[in-house]
Amino acid sequence: MSATPAPPARTLLEVNDLKKHFSLGGGLFGRSTRVLKAVDGLSFTVARGETLSLVGESGCGKSTVAKALMRLYAPTAGQVVLDGRRIDDLSAGALRPLRRHIQMVFQDPFSSLNPRMRVRAILAEPIRNFGLARNAADLEAKLASLMERVGLPREALGRFPHEFSGGQRQRIGIARALAAEPDLIICDEAVSALDVSVKAQIVNLLRDLQRELDLAMLFISHDLAIVEHMTHRVAVMYLGKIVEIGPRRDLFLAPKHPYTQALLSAVPIPEPGAGRTRIVLKGDVPSPINPPSGCRFHTRCPHAFDRCRTEVPGLDAVGTGHFAACHLNDAAAPARAA
Amino acid sequence: MSGAPLLSIENLQVHFRTPDGVNRAVDGVSFAIQSGETLAIVGESGCGKSVTSMSILRLLPEPPARIAGAIKFEGTNLLDLPNSAMRKIRGNDISVIFQEPMTSLNPVLTVGRQIGETLRLHQGLGRREAEERAIEMLTLVGIPEPRRRVREYPHQLSGGMRQRVMIAIALACSPKLLIADEPTTALDVTIQAQILDLMRDLKARVGAAIMLITHDLGVVAEVADRVVVMYAGRKVEEAPVRDLFRAPRHPYTRGLMGAVPKLGAVEHGADARLAEIPGMVPSLKGRIEGCVFAGRCPDVTDLCRAYAPALEPKAPGHLAACHYAPKDALAA
Repeated sequence: MSATPAPPARTLLEVNDLKKHFSLGGGLFGRSTRVLKAVDGLSFTVARGETLSLVGESGCGKSTVAKALMRLYAPTAGQVVLDGRRIDDLSAGALRPLRRHIQMVFQDPFSSLNPRMRVRAILAEPIRNFGLARNAADLEAKLASLMERVGLPREALGRFPHEFSGGQRQRIGIARALAAEPDLIICDEAVSALDVSVKAQIVNLLRDLQRELDLAMLFISHDLAIVEHMTHRVAVMYLGKIVEIGPRRDLFLAPKHPYTQALLSAVPIPEPGAGRTRIVLKGDVPSPINPPSGCRFHTRCPHAFDRCRTEVPGLDAVGTGHFAACHLNDAAAPARAA
Repeated sequence: MSGAPLLSIENLQVHFRTPDGVNRAVDGVSFAIQSGETLAIVGESGCGKSVTSMSILRLLPEPPARIAGAIKFEGTNLLDLPNSAMRKIRGNDISVIFQEPMTSLNPVLTVGRQIGETLRLHQGLGRREAEERAIEMLTLVGIPEPRRRVREYPHQLSGGMRQRVMIAIALACSPKLLIADEPTTALDVTIQAQILDLMRDLKARVGAAIMLITHDLGVVAEVADRVVVMYAGRKVEEAPVRDLFRAPRHPYTRGLMGAVPKLGAVEHGADARLAEIPGMVPSLKGRIEGCVFAGRCPDVTDLCRAYAPALEPKAPGHLAACHYAPKDALAA
């Protein structure tokens, strides 16, 4: 019932001031090297059994967060603590056994499965790799239960990925993530490439799995309606920073950051004549190579005033477990336009 | 419906010959578009919506495609026209916006040159005049600093701006019909909102009819006047937009609507599961006996498996192909 964060004792993943900068080269002889700050100081936690969604537009850094957590990118700075143990500074060898605890489901079910491996091999690989099966019979039982969990027939184990539809392939991708018996699953736009009717099937499956297995989930998506349906808490990113984070209900019903408000109002509602006032943001997302001064959103914000151009707003509490980085939420700020 | 329609598609069939059988991508689809109206074609991948639009423009290579039926634009059957006559219509009377603005623009030509190309070809403008018109078009679609942008290449523009350039190209010759094939699918929501606003605004000013192809029911609700729902190469329902959303008659349409979560649902304690449409779209190879949706329909009966339902009027302007769709007394 409650969508509020679980007590801290159940914290599974803690991310402190995570940064991932890419240097872009640039000038001759390494001079004037430009830096793309894809993720620039992100902090959040995910509790066991909780879904935290990362939302934002292309280029806001949400996928970079996923890759930095998976250590597909080495983070530039910051800490990643998994189940009380810091993992961002571990060597590749020391990290390897811990990889079991974080698994990922990718966006494209076509390119994320090896076309030359049968489903059996795809699912058995993580089980063997992490030594999760005692013997052949145990492995077989595990494979059968994985297939059942994701709603695929057992005979499908003998087939190749190209014999399946997009939705079925995504089920295989989910089964592969579950095979490692993880604590946390990162879904990076896991349902974006699917058709409407299939999307609903996969969304329901992910929700069911999460509840049944008490999984923590980091759900990365740009589809706010799906996020609202899936999540316990939401973090909204803009140009590498979290601008607002809070429980689902607070964030969707009473967003406190103008960017969140604009994002929500931009989603088309499947209801003709649903008279809404839409906040249409001007222009495009600025380049993360040279982000705007002060509040990064000030160039598109309909409420921007002088202070926004110079002073970076802190991520301050605006409710229980609800934080937003906007000067308008200060008591001293000028009244917000209605 | 008043007067002759701008475009009328009659019993369109598009079949592709493939090594393992004939793929009936579009199988007997009819609909009409009136001048100035926005008709949305909705359906999932493989339902035949893009193939329909490609056959209107005669952009499908034949073979492998085999096109039958009639596509009448202002009374002329486009399928009978020689290529040279068709070229005068493309980009002039009928133009198109594709989903992916990066791949549909030429990367080695400036955007000004690409907007000017249609003008020079169809309206015989000179280089100088075409550039002036291109700048006007860029201004019209809301691109800042059009004089500088007109000399830029597609890679120098953001995704939203590229789609604006596509719209500028499509509207340069003031077409009577604009086909928009998933025009906002590749864009972020805030940019999508800008482009939808732009399309609505330009439609009011330019007066073109729009055929909007999309899978996003939210976009449909915001911009369409009428909607055609396609499934497995057939039209299963057609209705004015409000009627369709208020009282969908086909179980597939109802399924689609149930499968989309609505933003703001948390307010009403939304912890319900999304409605699923079980199974998947049937293979289009080989003839489908009975109703195309029978394999996935929650209300299927033996009648559905044996006989394909006819597309019948169920309410004024509202057609559905379902044996069990409720029918209003007033339906013609």
